[in-house]
Amino acid sequence: MAVETTHMRKFLNEPAKVVKESLAGLAAAHPDLVRYDAAAQIIVRRDAPRKGKVALISGGGSGHEPLHGGFVGLGMLDAACPGEVFTSPVPAQMLAATKAVDGGAGVVHIVKNYTGDVLNFKLAAEDAADEGIKVTSVVIDDDVAVQDSLYTAGRRGVGATVLAEKIAGAAAEGGADLAKVTDIVKRVNDRARSFGVALSSCVPPASGKPIFDLPEGQIELGIGIHGEPGRKRATLGHAAEIVDVMVEAVISDLKPRSGAKLLAFVNGMGGTPLLELYLLYGEVDKKLRAAGVEPARNLVGSYITSLEMAGASLTVLELDEELTRLWDAPVHTPALRWGA
Amino acid sequence: MDAATIATWMHGIDVVMREEKDHLVQLDAAIGDGDHGTNMTRGFEAVVQALDADSSSPPGKLLILAGRTLVGTVGGASGPLWGSALRSGGRVLGDQPTFDGVQLVEVLAAALASVKDLGTASVGDKTMVDALEPAVETLRARLSGGASVADALRDAGDAAEAGMRSTIPLQARKGRASYLGERSIGHQDPGATSTALIIRALQRAVAQAS
Repeated sequence: MAVETTHMRKFLNEPAKVVKESLAGLAAAHPDLVRYDAAAQIIVRRDAPRKGKVALISGGGSGHEPLHGGFVGLGMLDAACPGEVFTSPVPAQMLAATKAVDGGAGVVHIVKNYTGDVLNFKLAAEDAADEGIKVTSVVIDDDVAVQDSLYTAGRRGVGATVLAEKIAGAAAEGGADLAKVTDIVKRVNDRARSFGVALSSCVPPASGKPIFDLPEGQIELGIGIHGEPGRKRATLGHAAEIVDVMVEAVISDLKPRSGAKLLAFVNGMGGTPLLELYLLYGEVDKKLRAAGVEPARNLVGSYITSLEMAGASLTVLELDEELTRLWDAPVHTPALRWGA
Repeated sequence: MDAATIATWMHGIDVVMREEKDHLVQLDAAIGDGDHGTNMTRGFEAVVQALDADSSSPPGKLLILAGRTLVGTVGGASGPLWGSALRSGGRVLGDQPTFDGVQLVEVLAAALASVKDLGTASVGDKTMVDALEPAVETLRARLSGGASVADALRDAGDAAEAGMRSTIPLQARKGRASYLGERSIGHQDPGATSTALIIRALQRAVAQAS
């Protein structure tokens, strides 16, 4: 039986078990790629630990699927630590994941900039260091909708997380050392910017209620990935007008050099179909070219989501030769696969 | 006050978090992501289970056990923050079997210090510190002015609630609410609210003990 409230119809058995049951399903669907350690609540690459390879782990609240569990596999993450829906995992999960994947070359923690994620990963990194494992941590904070100042928790980590996991994962697969892989994650974060727009809220399974209500004809500009409202509301205009806002927000902040090659990532928030995402990409492609930069690579699809929220985010990453080569390198995970 | 006081306090928090769960979820949905009530309930349910299985530890060790349990079960920001707070508070008591009002102030002051350190928050940032710091200061001031522990805790509870209400007009500068900028103004902070509930639960636990 599914679970239904006034605001929610979801495929659930018990709302409190949704994360564990979904992770078990992920492992059942991809036994060649990953295994699920139910006791530790972590998804681990099938062949981990790989001796001599730098390992990458990430984690965060659930509700953003396929992030992060769907990105465990060849050329990307070695383990993922999923917390409850929209709630960061606990340090014991990150420690278990770190120990499960450490092949002696060190472990990189990729952390999205949310207070909970940062605090829990910090405690876990201290525990791992106590056990003699070399750990570096990189905090991803690419969301230009948040003012980065002393008066906020800083920019959120959103779409750049996916790109950093793919690109640094390829570097690690190719034999780069801990310092190099860490540097690649930082470079991707430094050269990436994101901006999101919501057309609807989403409904966390535990509460069964939407996080916010959007009046008819209104959209939220500058949203994150936890169903939180954005920085401001605006009137729903044409897709082309919304893309204008998104492109302007990321490009004015990134300030790419003229003629730069970019990776343009149009991401669905969970409730927006590919029909609309490709429409958005078409607009993004035109506007980037008009702005004097070249969308040399792209990714279109729902990769870092907010449950069933209707909406989309745009992430742009300024590429160089090395980042491009690493992006093109083979990847084989439940949610992303090419060249392997 | 002794280990039973701590156990009563933690049970009291467990009860009040369940009672106030929907309220905390509502407050958090307005300026965060709506999970605060669920997280605190899950955490303190685990804390009372852990404490019920331990009938021999002194009060400081029980606080450390409670803190470790919160870090291990809650996630989010409130898990590490309250977890570190209770662990730091527990360390103040060492192995001693009982504690007095002055030592209770030191426990709460250590808890406050660890929250401020880990969360890098100060009064006025629209966080749990807005409730916890005035509670600790009031408790300290009233006790040194000669008040009984029960009276001082009642006033500390009032101070925590006043601090909780003081978050309404503030713009959040820490945590997820800070992403909203000016839109966070006009909402009561959920972390300050659960903190006021925790101080009230302490007041009731101590009243029961005396």
